[in-house]
Amino acid sequence: MPDKKWRQIKSIVPEAVCCLSALLAITVLFLILYYIFLRGAGVITPSFLTALPTPVGVPGGGIGNALLGSLVMVALGALLAVPCGVAAAVYLDQNPQSSLAAATRFAARVLSGVPSLIIGLFVFTLLVLRTGRYSALAGGIALAVMMLPVIVLTAEEMLRLVPNSWREASLALGASKKQTVLRLVLPAAAAGIAVGVMLAVALAAGQTAPVLLTALSSVFWPENLLQPTASLPVLIYTYAISPFTDWQQQAWGAALVLVVMVLLLNMTAQLFIAVRNRRG
Amino acid sequence: MALDVRIENLSFWFGRQQVLNNVSLFARRKEVTALIGPSGCGKTTLLRCINRLYDLYAGARIAGRITVGAESILDAGTDRVELRRRVGMIFQKPNPFPHLSVFENVAGGPRLHGLAHGRALQERVEACLRKAALWEEVKDCLDRPGALLSGGQQQRLCIARALAVEPEVFLMDEPCASLDPISTMRIEELIKELQEEYTVVIVTHNMQQAARISRQTAFVLNGELVEAGPTAELFVRAGDSRTEAYLTGKMG
Repeated sequence: MPDKKWRQIKSIVPEAVCCLSALLAITVLFLILYYIFLRGAGVITPSFLTALPTPVGVPGGGIGNALLGSLVMVALGALLAVPCGVAAAVYLDQNPQSSLAAATRFAARVLSGVPSLIIGLFVFTLLVLRTGRYSALAGGIALAVMMLPVIVLTAEEMLRLVPNSWREASLALGASKKQTVLRLVLPAAAAGIAVGVMLAVALAAGQTAPVLLTALSSVFWPENLLQPTASLPVLIYTYAISPFTDWQQQAWGAALVLVVMVLLLNMTAQLFIAVRNRRG
Repeated sequence: MALDVRIENLSFWFGRQQVLNNVSLFARRKEVTALIGPSGCGKTTLLRCINRLYDLYAGARIAGRITVGAESILDAGTDRVELRRRVGMIFQKPNPFPHLSVFENVAGGPRLHGLAHGRALQERVEACLRKAALWEEVKDCLDRPGALLSGGQQQRLCIARALAVEPEVFLMDEPCASLDPISTMRIEELIKELQEEYTVVIVTHNMQQAARISRQTAFVLNGELVEAGPTAELFVRAGDSRTEAYLTGKMG
């Protein structure tokens, strides 16, 4: 019957389109990973990960200081953004209807859409110009601004998933609101919040513009938080646009290190979700 | 020590909507008082006034007077945390803390209020689980999450949890609504035992249940208390035609 055939076509075509689109998304990711691995894997040795960079033409250059700089700035960003973001999410969860909550939510959504270059410029004007120096501290603050909205929004979502009936049970036992939040709601949402934090860290680790404008770069080991500091994204950027093949090679190697780090963070987050779902 | 609960001229609004209108009721100590009435009539709200759980929700407004023992509890200065320790609540859906073990579910409350520690705490947990008729079933799996128990066991765990903070009044909001008949029977037996030491106010949709376990029954309709009286009399000869219609299934 033609009618039946037509119905089958109508059902198969959209399904095929969706399937192909999903495949395309995966393919792009795998192509990027494959290509970076192909070009970068050869460079990676233990000394590449731990040595300081060398001038063009001098062999044995590494990315040790950039790796450390990135870790320090991302950690600093997380240190600033996580307590602030989680506390804000607790406020949103406790006062969902208040106008401050609505304003916070709106600000977080807008902030998560602001280009990272603008955030870099903001911290550059606010800190670097005022103090007259590029620093890891400024870099960490810029990354904290990047992470903050992601943490606020995911943490609020995770807190909202804690059923009202648990909170009522706790309050009906005579626990105060504060005790209920600290002893019941936050622990119950902790795994989910940790996933949000990991995703925010992964997002921040790869940001170039905010660290380029605030921490600049350096060819030395970072000694304190108040001096220009190297980072992986800036090193990749500098090396990749240089005309020298050995630097370009090292840019691929650094890119591989960065991508693997981000990938590991994402996979850990997925693992967290899987474990949590199995328990719940 | 059980305490009387006296509700006088209680009215309650949620935003613009009036949920309770001039309700007065006396729940005598060491008795079970059943609240019956169609869904949405305000029974649960009435229950939640007695431990001030309504405070959690924005837009709630209350007028009238409730006394638990000698204390007037609707005053602004009432210590709500202490009130809720003295007035325990059992919810319609069993809600043990799923991330805590059976033991911790019961031990959390006393620890929070500093009522017991160490060995004394363990003894208290055991005593409460025994009182809730759950000990024999869980004594070998106290470390397992409370969420792994059956629905009926979870509800008895909630009762043990409430017992552990030494309440004087028990509020129960359809505690058997999600349970099978056997679990229901066990909870009912438990309620009968509880009334020897506590005041119990229970909301139920099950008229047979009200008849089986309560000394006094109050019929609530559209936010008003139609009548309250000894269960044995009310079920035989209701004073109000609306109560009779409800009890005989002609309404609701």
